[in-house]
Amino acid sequence: MVIECKHVWNYISGYLDDSLPAETKELVQRHLEHCEICSAILDSTRNIVVLTADERVFELPIGFSERLHQRLAQEIGMGSSMPHENPAD
Amino acid sequence: MDGDLSTRDEARMIASILAGDTERYHELIRPYERSVYKMALSFMKNESDAEDVAQEAFLKAFRKLIDFRGQAKFSTWLISITLNEARGRLRRQGLVRMESLDETPEEGGHISPALLRDWREIPSEALERKEVRQMLEEAIGNLSPLYQEVLLLRDVEEFSIEETAMALAITTGNVKVRLHRARMMMQKELAPRLKNVSPRRRWFQWS
Repeated sequence: MVIECKHVWNYISGYLDDSLPAETKELVQRHLEHCEICSAILDSTRNIVVLTADERVFELPIGFSERLHQRLAQEIGMGSSMPHENPAD
Repeated sequence: MDGDLSTRDEARMIASILAGDTERYHELIRPYERSVYKMALSFMKNESDAEDVAQEAFLKAFRKLIDFRGQAKFSTWLISITLNEARGRLRRQGLVRMESLDETPEEGGHISPALLRDWREIPSEALERKEVRQMLEEAIGNLSPLYQEVLLLRDVEEFSIEETAMALAITTGNVKVRLHRARMMMQKELAPRLKNVSPRRRWFQWS
């Protein structure tokens, strides 16, 4: 069985996550071997997924951590915010 | 998620926080500051609102810690709280786009990727350049909330499909469908732009 490009595009994400059924995976793989357009789509998508996971994307602002822990110290310090709804327990 | 956390005994930390050693909460959350902020920023689109949401989420998680029963990982639970905090804030600001309520992504149309004949790997060094980071952040920010949530959890926070499903209270099937569409939208938006921004072999010269 042969599948067309359009169908392969539906499986790109599943192929990257290796979550396709074995027979679908094989069909896709066989298509990719000879289709440079689908291979480029797969490679570019994989590349973008890798870049998205990089921790330089969405950097913490300077002083974020200090301000956070300061605020937590203030609020947690107050007895009323203890995580005990029912201290008698 | 972040780094190697396998040696941390979070259950014990949480137990001692609940027993009154609230100082340990600082230690518990340190590895997750970035994740929570990233989640907040991609929703709020500006740093100061994002920081606010992140702080509120950490406080809320502290106050609700007694409800955490270890049915999920602490990180998954914390991210769900952040997600709800960001959604709530946007709702109060009247900024939730209507499509997020009306859309039925599972029946949505086909998304055609950007067609390319070849692809040269964009090295991660490219992220040293602010314009490239911004391009990615914007593309994530421009996704509609349904897709954005899934992409953030799975591809930014690197949750598993199951953890993503749990955090969003949807099925793994829905996660896969939405993730696929989100990744295709990212490819469609970013592939042509990244290709243009990367004259070959110039990365190192510029950085």
